[in-house]
Amino acid sequence: MSKTIIATTSLAGCFGCHMSLLDIDEKILDLIELVEFNKSPINDIKEFTKMCDIGLIEGGCCNDENVHILKDFRAHCKILVSVGECAIMGGLPALRNNIPLQECLEEAYLNGPSVMGNNENAVIPNDEELPVILNKVYPCHEVVRIDYYLPGCPPRAELIWEALLALVTGDPLKLPYEVVKFD
Amino acid sequence: MGQKLTIEPVTRVEGHGKVTIHLDDDNNVIQSRLHIVEFRGFERFVQGRPYWEAPVLVQRLCGICPVSHHLAAAKALDVIVGVGPERLTETGEKMRRLMHYGQIFQSHALHFFHLVSPDLLFGIDANPGKRNVIEVANEFQELAVQGVMMRKFGQEIIRATAGKKIHGTGAIPGGINKNLSIEERDFFVKGSDLQNIDKMIEWSKDALKLFKGYHQENRKLVDTFAAFPSNHLSLVRKDGALDFYHGVLRAIDEKGNKILHDIDYQNYLDYIGEEVKSWSYMKFPFLKSIGKKEGWYRVGPLARLNTCDFIPSPLAQKEFEEFKAYTQGKPNNMSMHMHWARLIETLHAAEVMRDLLNDSDLQGKDLVAKGTKCSEGVGVIEAPRGTLFHHYKIDKNNLITMCNLIVSTTNNNEPMNRAVRHVADEMISGQRSIKEGMLNAVEVAIRAYDPCLSCATHAIGKMPLEISLLDKNGVILDKLHN
Ligand code: SF4
Repeated sequence: MSKTIIATTSLAGCFGCHMSLLDIDEKILDLIELVEFNKSPINDIKEFTKMCDIGLIEGGCCNDENVHILKDFRAHCKILVSVGECAIMGGLPALRNNIPLQECLEEAYLNGPSVMGNNENAVIPNDEELPVILNKVYPCHEVVRIDYYLPGCPPRAELIWEALLALVTGDPLKLPYEVVKFD
Repeated sequence: MGQKLTIEPVTRVEGHGKVTIHLDDDNNVIQSRLHIVEFRGFERFVQGRPYWEAPVLVQRLCGICPVSHHLAAAKALDVIVGVGPERLTETGEKMRRLMHYGQIFQSHALHFFHLVSPDLLFGIDANPGKRNVIEVANEFQELAVQGVMMRKFGQEIIRATAGKKIHGTGAIPGGINKNLSIEERDFFVKGSDLQNIDKMIEWSKDALKLFKGYHQENRKLVDTFAAFPSNHLSLVRKDGALDFYHGVLRAIDEKGNKILHDIDYQNYLDYIGEEVKSWSYMKFPFLKSIGKKEGWYRVGPLARLNTCDFIPSPLAQKEFEEFKAYTQGKPNNMSMHMHWARLIETLHAAEVMRDLLNDSDLQGKDLVAKGTKCSEGVGVIEAPRGTLFHHYKIDKNNLITMCNLIVSTTNNNEPMNRAVRHVADEMISGQRSIKEGMLNAVEVAIRAYDPCLSCATHAIGKMPLEISLLDKNGVILDKLHN
């Protein structure tokens, strides 16, 4: 049987969802028997080299690069999964959505007590090397079509593992009550 | 026409940071920059939230060491609720310590086994496709299993103390919300072969042996690569001992002279400022007494072993003495020795966990201390990657009005920039094109600091890098990525 091909990425997330995947511990050795990783931090493939079966997305979209990557994932993955609250609904970073972006920047770079008095020229980072920040943090399904959602912040390792097994084998997903958490 | 070189330590796609290098007309490096391209705005959007939410909110900055943020916020709130960091109950403080040392242990183990060991086992020059933990798992299964089980041990300690492996809820203002049951304790003390504290101590010693063997065979590389003098800053216990959870702020210069004299961190603003640069979302902290230009410092394992006087656990203290003897007691300024220091700390964390697990105070019932509330507090902790500052103010309705964060990786902003500059000077100056080895070298230099941006993408693999060579006007001349 040829291996299922998986891609993963972290957009505006904290990497906690990727860490939760690592929390499957010893099963990571079973995982690499079952699947082959394409574009992912796991093996450092930078551009998609082929169509993938499953794409796992952590984080919502807070800048133009996030949007670009998410669209690229949609184009290269047959199944796209929003993993965790940030991907599903923006998560914590979306708390900035009812605050003007400029206020967030000013608080961090002009008004904070350790910058105050040390930023004579009132510099706010704006270099061309930096991506453009969006007015709001968007959940992934508002940008592209998403096929499945795994709740949790982060989803428990067991949930990620069971979901991957179900997608890889085609068997129905086992969802014991204790595994589905929303925090 | 001069040139500009761009390196993205994290692919454009994963983009959390990138490097640009500017060359003059003779291809000499005139400037190099590590750009951090992520901006979240936590300082502003936690305003208006009730203060007790801070420990669970702010840890969502980082899923790799959330416990550090969880505890730094809780320590700041201890001050706000009038308890202060030194008046927690025995059970409260020891549970938090166990949580924190579990976190140091898992984070350091992750870094060493998943990220550094491929370099040691396959060599820094090996094909990048080979230098990742999957290959380690394929070729050195026993070692890979060790790495996985050490991380698991730390994560289980965190679950037992914080309630959850990632983004737990254990620490609350003034204390902790659970103690450690006898069953939980026995799991760690008497657990199966691959899962008990004695095994963790043994494996920590093995990891040190592995590194020291590598050092012996590659002395020149380990001792000279991206080595440069700097100031060093960390918390130390009041008696000068290494302490990850609490202490006073101490800084020394490259020669070992004290430049920050064991101060109370509630007054950190008198001593530390931050500079903003237009080209990075990450700020540049500095010691005010020295100034923006020369006041930068290193934090993290190397800085901690440079600032502290001794390690309060026997096995790690012995290793510490050997480490100190290597530089005749002088501060160690070799970036690659960060790995050595990190493994000594791993061993220390394991020893401390063993002592705590055997302490019956963890089964105590007195979990929370009470005091008289005030409106402002600072919490500082030694996170795996270095000193972490949290500072909050609240109003009379208990809502947060100000939040200031200086995270560990930010404290290492300038040192990482310097490390990149060293590599650039050595490998780029006088060249017209980018050499393959440049990618690895920059990666190794940044990785020594274990910045969140890289350890994140490295969690299970290695750092993706992209270099592009640009002229003064930003036109790309050459591009290379691994
Ligand atoms: S859902 Fe939670 S764990 Fe996942 S990226 Fe967001 S904050 Fe981190």
